Amino acid sequence: MKKSESELTWKDLEIGCIVTEPGSSREYRTGDWRSQKPTYDFNKCIKCGVCQIYCPEGCIKHNAEGCFQANLFWCKGCGICSKECPTRVITMVNEEA
Amino acid sequence: MGKRVGMEVSLAIGEAVKMADVDVIAAYPITPQTHIVEHIAEIVANGELDAEYIPVESEHSAMSACLGSSATGARTFTATAGQGLELMHEVLYVASAMRLPIVMAVANRALSSPLNVWGDQSDLMAVRDTGWIQIICENGQDALDHTLCSFRIAEDPRVLLPVMVHLDGFYLTHVVEPIEFPTEEEVNSFLPPFKYPLPLGTSNPVTMGAFAPPILYTEAKKAQEVNILASKKVILEHWDAFGKAFGRYYHAVEKYRTEGAKTLLLTLGSFGETAMTAVDEMRNEGKEVGLLKLRLWRPFPFKELREAVGTAETLIVLDRALSFGGCGGPAYSEVRSALYSEKNHTKIVGFVGGLGGRDITVAGFEEMVKRSSEIANTGAENEYEMFGVRE
Repeated sequence: MKKSESELTWKDLEIGCIVTEPGSSREYRTGDWRSQKPTYDFNKCIKCGVCQIYCPEGCIKHNAEGCFQANLFWCKGCGICSKECPTRVITMVNEEA
Repeated sequence: MGKRVGMEVSLAIGEAVKMADVDVIAAYPITPQTHIVEHIAEIVANGELDAEYIPVESEHSAMSACLGSSATGARTFTATAGQGLELMHEVLYVASAMRLPIVMAVANRALSSPLNVWGDQSDLMAVRDTGWIQIICENGQDALDHTLCSFRIAEDPRVLLPVMVHLDGFYLTHVVEPIEFPTEEEVNSFLPPFKYPLPLGTSNPVTMGAFAPPILYTEAKKAQEVNILASKKVILEHWDAFGKAFGRYYHAVEKYRTEGAKTLLLTLGSFGETAMTAVDEMRNEGKEVGLLKLRLWRPFPFKELREAVGTAETLIVLDRALSFGGCGGPAYSEVRSALYSEKNHTKIVGFVGGLGGRDITVAGFEEMVKRSSEIANTGAENEYEMFGVRE
């Protein structure tokens, strides 16, 4: 079984910290950097996808209704989607302590 | 054995790069390194070496291109000097931490300001902590031999670290010396083709130089430190193999007429040659003076230095660089630290001299030996002085 980051010793690292598994950055929860999260009023969503284009994290996808929504595992809460949304669907709210 | 040829040392390094069958050279010309990269560019342009020569727009780009090429498993060489080495600075750390076996010749030069292109080891000392193996040459033969041998050291799977081959700007780069060249067959059998264990490629994709959060960074640095410390044994092993193949043996600390010496001089680089003549003259006068020459700067040869110093009463360390506001020269500071816990309290006296191309002659070394006893007796906290400075 693979060791977690906090269990790895210096002897476990590959030469020069090479990462041998492609796409492993998907496992990194950048969502815990967030101090604000996006909330949605999908009644206003025109499904234009502007938020997805602007998202620097690439974490916005269609939901089952075809509206665009951020995956909070990776969303860093930057709020760019909220600023760019032409119909004001997205409101940033503080994360609870 | 090949033949002995009179050749400018810079050109001899170019010939070594050719004999080592280097795949990629990325370099930016800067005095006093220029003749090295000019000659390599000629060799590649003439079709004598089947390599990619990347003429980049700066040294930062030169080292960055070297990272990329070395990461794919290509044998990679570059050369720089002084300000150019400084411009590479941040990328040097990346090369060592990513464990890329690049070999780089550094034509040691003073740092601005005032602008000065002449020989000096300020550039060498400024990159002390970059994690590179650092070898210091004393003459043209050294420069050829260590350029060749450093590929074998760097590419050893137990090492996989970049190596700097330091040679004093002008003092070595621009002089014509008789240099013994090995034959191509001899080099080929000494230096087998290189295969990086986890190269960048599409069939087996890997990520190099990814980030490490606080929970991993310390482990990454520990692994790097253990690796460079362990490299010393391998370096000495390859120098021994080089000696067996070519008849010239190199050591981490070279000794010259140290038998029974009460006073020892310690030099880094080309001043060793002048100091040898000075030691000969002082020995002729019956003075018990010997010479140590530090060849391996990183990893630092603590054990070898302690053994070489032995029971000498006084050790004089000459630095061609100054650590401003510190305790004189960086080598002096390192040597004092290395000998601190020794039972025989060898008095260590430091001189900073030869800055920005200022010469030190045989008489200069004799003067240093005379001055050392006066300085050693002052009991000052930092027993060093700037040699030859006009008061």
